[in-house]
Amino acid sequence: MAAPGRTPVQIRELRIELSRTREDIVDEISLEIRAGEVLGLVGESGSGKTTVGMALLGYCRPGGRVAAGAVLVDGRDLSELADQVLRSLRGGLVSYIPQDPGTALNPALRIRKQLLETLETHTKLSEAERVQRMRESLGEVALPSDDEFLTRYPHQLSGGQQQRVAIAMAFACRPKVIICDEPTTGLDVTTQARVLQTVKELCRLHSVAALYVSHDLAVVAELADRVAVMYAGRIVESGTRDQLFTTPRHPYTQRLLRAVPDLAGKRTVLGIPGRAPLPGNRPGGCFFEPRCQLAVDACRQSFPAATMLEPGHQVRCYRAADTAAGVTADEAAALPGITAGDSVLEISGLKARHGTRETLFDIELAVSRHECVALVGESGSGKTTLARCVAGLHRDYTGEIRLAGAVLANSARRRSSEHRRQIQYVFQNPYASLNPRRTVGQTIARQLQLFFPGSRREVGSRVSQCLERVALSETAINRFPDQLSGGERQRVAIARALAAEPALLVCDEVTSALDVSVQAAIIDLLRDLRAEIGLSILFITHNLALIRNIADRVCVMTEGRIVETGTVTEVFEDPQAQYTKQLLANTPSIEAALGHA
Amino acid sequence: MTDTALTPSAAPMAPVLRQRQWLATLRTALGFTRTRVGLLIFVVMVLIALLGPLFAPHSPTEFVGAPNSSSTGLFGTDTLGRDVFSRFLYGGRSVLGLAAAATAFGVALGVAIGLAAAYAGGVADEVLMRIADVFLAFPQIVLALLVVTAFGPKLWLIILTVAISHSPRVARVMRGAALQVVERDFVRAAEAVGEKRSRILFAELLPNVTSPLLVETGLRLTYSIGLMAGISFLGLGLQPPHADWGLMINENRLDVTVQPWAVLLPVLAIALLTVGTNLVTDGVARASIGVDRS
Repeated sequence: MAAPGRTPVQIRELRIELSRTREDIVDEISLEIRAGEVLGLVGESGSGKTTVGMALLGYCRPGGRVAAGAVLVDGRDLSELADQVLRSLRGGLVSYIPQDPGTALNPALRIRKQLLETLETHTKLSEAERVQRMRESLGEVALPSDDEFLTRYPHQLSGGQQQRVAIAMAFACRPKVIICDEPTTGLDVTTQARVLQTVKELCRLHSVAALYVSHDLAVVAELADRVAVMYAGRIVESGTRDQLFTTPRHPYTQRLLRAVPDLAGKRTVLGIPGRAPLPGNRPGGCFFEPRCQLAVDACRQSFPAATMLEPGHQVRCYRAADTAAGVTADEAAALPGITAGDSVLEISGLKARHGTRETLFDIELAVSRHECVALVGESGSGKTTLARCVAGLHRDYTGEIRLAGAVLANSARRRSSEHRRQIQYVFQNPYASLNPRRTVGQTIARQLQLFFPGSRREVGSRVSQCLERVALSETAINRFPDQLSGGERQRVAIARALAAEPALLVCDEVTSALDVSVQAAIIDLLRDLRAEIGLSILFITHNLALIRNIADRVCVMTEGRIVETGTVTEVFEDPQAQYTKQLLANTPSIEAALGHA
Repeated sequence: MTDTALTPSAAPMAPVLRQRQWLATLRTALGFTRTRVGLLIFVVMVLIALLGPLFAPHSPTEFVGAPNSSSTGLFGTDTLGRDVFSRFLYGGRSVLGLAAAATAFGVALGVAIGLAAAYAGGVADEVLMRIADVFLAFPQIVLALLVVTAFGPKLWLIILTVAISHSPRVARVMRGAALQVVERDFVRAAEAVGEKRSRILFAELLPNVTSPLLVETGLRLTYSIGLMAGISFLGLGLQPPHADWGLMINENRLDVTVQPWAVLLPVLAIALLTVGTNLVTDGVARASIGVDRS
């Protein structure tokens, strides 16, 4: 057993279950993190990774409780400690960097007060020493520590600055353990790169054991020393970063890596069919067995025990020895070539504003029939505003948007029904884009009635056809959106858009809110639809790697302007604009991270 | 097509929400003791008010004995010699009927104004809300007094006035609830396909604010009962010799030391009705927080 000082985090056979039904949320979790090491805990929604992260704080979400096992932080078992003691540990011994700094920082307190307050509660430094430590911490995260900055309120900082303040707060008390809960979600790529670098350096500098919880494999590849992959509440594989990313042995890990879009464009993404089982629905044998291509009878009997393949690399799979070959995947068909199409969409001289602020400047864009044009940019670049102008949801613009030659009115209400039908919009957030009080069938039927009025029976059969096109079964018709998963809801949203048989589909970050494997499945779907019905797509995203899998041409946007356009190959291989080069350089990628090591 | 056809089952993301929001809220509310107690009281009082006349031993306007005598009838006679018990049994209908009507119209009007203001935003929203503020400045009973003094104690006018005085309060709450829904993408989706505004208000927004609507209706009913009883007490509602709880309190208040029941019975009835409605509303309010959170 390693000494607590050198291994501040030891989790042994942890089991957390739902208090009411005794079903396990996570079970048989054993982890160790050494001082100065970063362990990346990877998993999709519902895998239990956040639950494990919170367990290190001695916290369990209401409805759950620790049923077995031990969480040892610096040698002390958290479950044996009283609430008072736990409270003093949190922040002092164990620190936490949350996902959304906007909600983590107290909006009513100035930065100076927040930092000093943390130090006061958890350290025994004198007043002067606290101020000194505060300045040091801010310096470590490359934030100014002059009075002008310290007297600001959180809302006066940018997202990246807020996150860095949260990091400074976390490291200020010199904790032994830090839990990072996807702290770079929502940050733009450049800031994300900087934040990751900072976290890595500080962990090294202060010999902190860090647990980095994330679903983003590329980020974990850049940051972590060791990685553990979770599936349905179990750790299915763990090893060093190189071991896991170059020679993954568990079928789930392999499929997961296959689903991550590759910036170099050497392979297409592949989704994982089916869905992870929820607590209470987990099968008797291996949980991944229903979705696994390598499953044998033994897999249905019992969950495999952990086997050590090489020092430090553990896998829970019966077929681990046979998986070295990697995923045998049906390589997706090449993207359909563009038939020199008539133009479907032409944007010329578009200038848009929000209130008094100009947000788009002189946009020129064209989409031809059967073509997919990707619009890439970071948050604040204006890409969503542009998409909304095209759909008629943002009226405040000058310039022309033409649909197959005809000029469109600014507002969707003013456009003719035919024009509205031809341009359909799919929103980013599948949880918000469907009316929660309508069944799936009612939502799609309404769309059909608007554009193709017909008898009830006709509409009914067309609804089934629409759902079939997006690979959803008929049972979805009577479900409410809350009863579907994120991926399924997004399919319904796409089905709704396609029900109108549009010429142009505007996809606004349609996969950003989805897990990696679900994202891959949706991209697959869009690709297939393009091949089948010759759809034109305007695909908006901030994820560069994703574009390789779906787009023909790319437009790069920043600060309201298009800085570069061209075919995907041209822009990715030989970028001209400075911004594009920067974007490509800062985007985390697994291949690049492994190359650096 | 890739082999990712899915049979939808329970979502891994959000817990399964019952199909109808208001049904789920009501079901949860009935799980609380306070709601059940309140509902019991409310139902009993409503039954007394509605079915009372069937069990009244005498007609409410019949003179059955000497004034304020306690020997005739269950609770004696009132200040003019009519049977107190019979008048009590007949007296609930008007209070309840007026309160229900005023609540219904007030809530309907308030919902329309609130949703329209939330959806329209900008200048229209400001104008509507400032007009609402003007009406809010009048205490509800003062507004009723004003109108009645000007136009006489017509029942439909009283219902209308009280309804109008309820509507800004309801509008405020519904506007607040609708503001959270208006920003969501499915409303944008409806706009993008050119749905009419009225359809968006009533088919997209309204079904998503039914929890606050239920709570507001309960609250308005509670206030309406008190208001209508008060208006009748002031002689502005049903006129004598009709039997009405508020009117009974007024008519018999001078003799309360000699014939307490004539005042006590209607007072208790109004109080219990208010308490019952309030308890149910409170239960629904607590349930809607729980339901909405999930």
